[in-house]
Amino acid sequence: MRKIKKQKIYLLALLLPFILFVIGFEIGPLAAMIKNSFYADDGIQVTINQYLTIFKSDFYMKAIQNSLVISLISAVISVITAVIAAYSITKFSQKIQNRLLMITNMTSNFEGIPLSFSYIILLGNNGLFTLLFAKMGLDVFADFNLYSWTGLILVYIYFQIPLAVMLIYPSYQGIKKQWKEASSLLGGSKFSFWHRIGIPVLLPSIVGTFSILFANAMGAYATAYALVGSNYNLLSLQIASLVASDVALKPQLGSAMGVLLAVTMIGALWFNEQMMRRIRRDLR
Amino acid sequence: MKSLLSFHKALVGLLVIYLLIPLIGTFLFSIAGKWDHTILPESYTMKWYIELFQDERFFDAFQRTLFLIVMSVGLSIVIMLPTIFIITVYFSKWERLLQAAAMLPYGIPPIVGAVGLIKLYSNSLIPIAGTPWILIGAYFITILPFMYQGIRNSLRTINAVQLVDAAELLGATKFQAFRTVVFPNIISGILVSTLLSVALLFSEFALANLLVGGRFETLQIFLADKLNSSGHLTSAIVITYYSVILLLTGTVLKLTFKNEKNPAGKKKNRVLSLLRKQSRDKKFALEGENS
Repeated sequence: MRKIKKQKIYLLALLLPFILFVIGFEIGPLAAMIKNSFYADDGIQVTINQYLTIFKSDFYMKAIQNSLVISLISAVISVITAVIAAYSITKFSQKIQNRLLMITNMTSNFEGIPLSFSYIILLGNNGLFTLLFAKMGLDVFADFNLYSWTGLILVYIYFQIPLAVMLIYPSYQGIKKQWKEASSLLGGSKFSFWHRIGIPVLLPSIVGTFSILFANAMGAYATAYALVGSNYNLLSLQIASLVASDVALKPQLGSAMGVLLAVTMIGALWFNEQMMRRIRRDLR
Repeated sequence: MKSLLSFHKALVGLLVIYLLIPLIGTFLFSIAGKWDHTILPESYTMKWYIELFQDERFFDAFQRTLFLIVMSVGLSIVIMLPTIFIITVYFSKWERLLQAAAMLPYGIPPIVGAVGLIKLYSNSLIPIAGTPWILIGAYFITILPFMYQGIRNSLRTINAVQLVDAAELLGATKFQAFRTVVFPNIISGILVSTLLSVALLFSEFALANLLVGGRFETLQIFLADKLNSSGHLTSAIVITYYSVILLLTGTVLKLTFKNEKNPAGKKKNRVLSLLRKQSRDKKFALEGENS
């Protein structure tokens, strides 16, 4: 009996490094951030003023609003594109379908700084397309500015679409051919099939994918950093400049904004999980 | 019906072109000599790559990135293997707790993690702020969900608990059971999540920039710094970097295919579940396979 107990202690000791890492780099920082967000700028006084500052400041509310809008728009466009594209993909032979999925998988790894760079050389001020179109006398890009809101949305959509396709494509496999046959045997049209069966079955996965994309865009930092630097007012860029820039460090305010961002993200992902549960209950 | 198919073809074609154009554009730019008013470059050259491979700063950055990856992925394997093994085999009541701790990083964007880490380690007794060591710790947490899922699933697939029981029954010690029975059987499963982690850390920028920045220039930080200098040279960096990523993810795909025991039959489902798993792994989904 004693031997077993001793053994358990050894085993527990082996868990120690893991526990230390989790405390030191996961739970600890999170707790420190939450705690810090309830302190005044001097770091001594306990207050909820940091949150009040954010909600009262036009500037920071604008940052939150910009992040929300850019995430919503890019997520909506990507989900719609993915729903249509993934359906088209299912129309091809199996071999081609696999190849197409490989391409989306491959391009989903193209994100962050390299992606922004790629867009800069294609559509930036001296970008290939910008110059080419100008020479050809087409002024489609005359008013287009990559380092702006439209540019950001364009790049966000690019990194969201492959992910959206990969997340939505599998749910088309859940729509059985027999359902279509049954529906048309019972006199349903193609439209009524999608309206009454197809879309409702896909809906949880569409909404779930949407929330993942939304969270993905809310947390995105590298892409925006490379493209617009600190010239554009986004939540993630503001947090970064509040805690790690050369000027005007306000770690407490940054922490409060970090808490808000984390809450939004976890909310979106929680929503996704609820949706996933629904799929499972409905289909299995 | 026919016109419908060509509609799908056109649509998917457009999607593929849209997805590939930035990559192809960057690639062409990296081998272009003169290229300013034609659709394709007027002349091609390798000089950007030659210049890049003679740039010491590039190699230093590459080495630093490799150092970070080797350290954090190595640490992760050394720590997570015994941890997950011990918890699944001996303390199974703690499994939920382990899962929660391992999956939490999915929900925390790097930018938020950085805020907490900066706060915790500035003026702390442990002087790692601004050094690569804080990054290694942060990266350990970043890849935790992958490593956890990879190792746990491998342990489940081989029925580790029963295997250890059997080995102990035959007189082996716990350590022997782990080393000679469990470990050899899960290497391939670990390899996949290891490679995925390596690819993920290769493209990590936010934590590196916020926690350490120019004090320890990684590949991504080097790239960000070069963003506004010579476009051709930067293209060459991007393509070199992306080739490494492709190699890693390509190996992951291959390995996963090879590990499938039944080569005949459901190829479709394999690709599907693999892609789904990868995209899930890569981005954050709060749940494990069984939650």
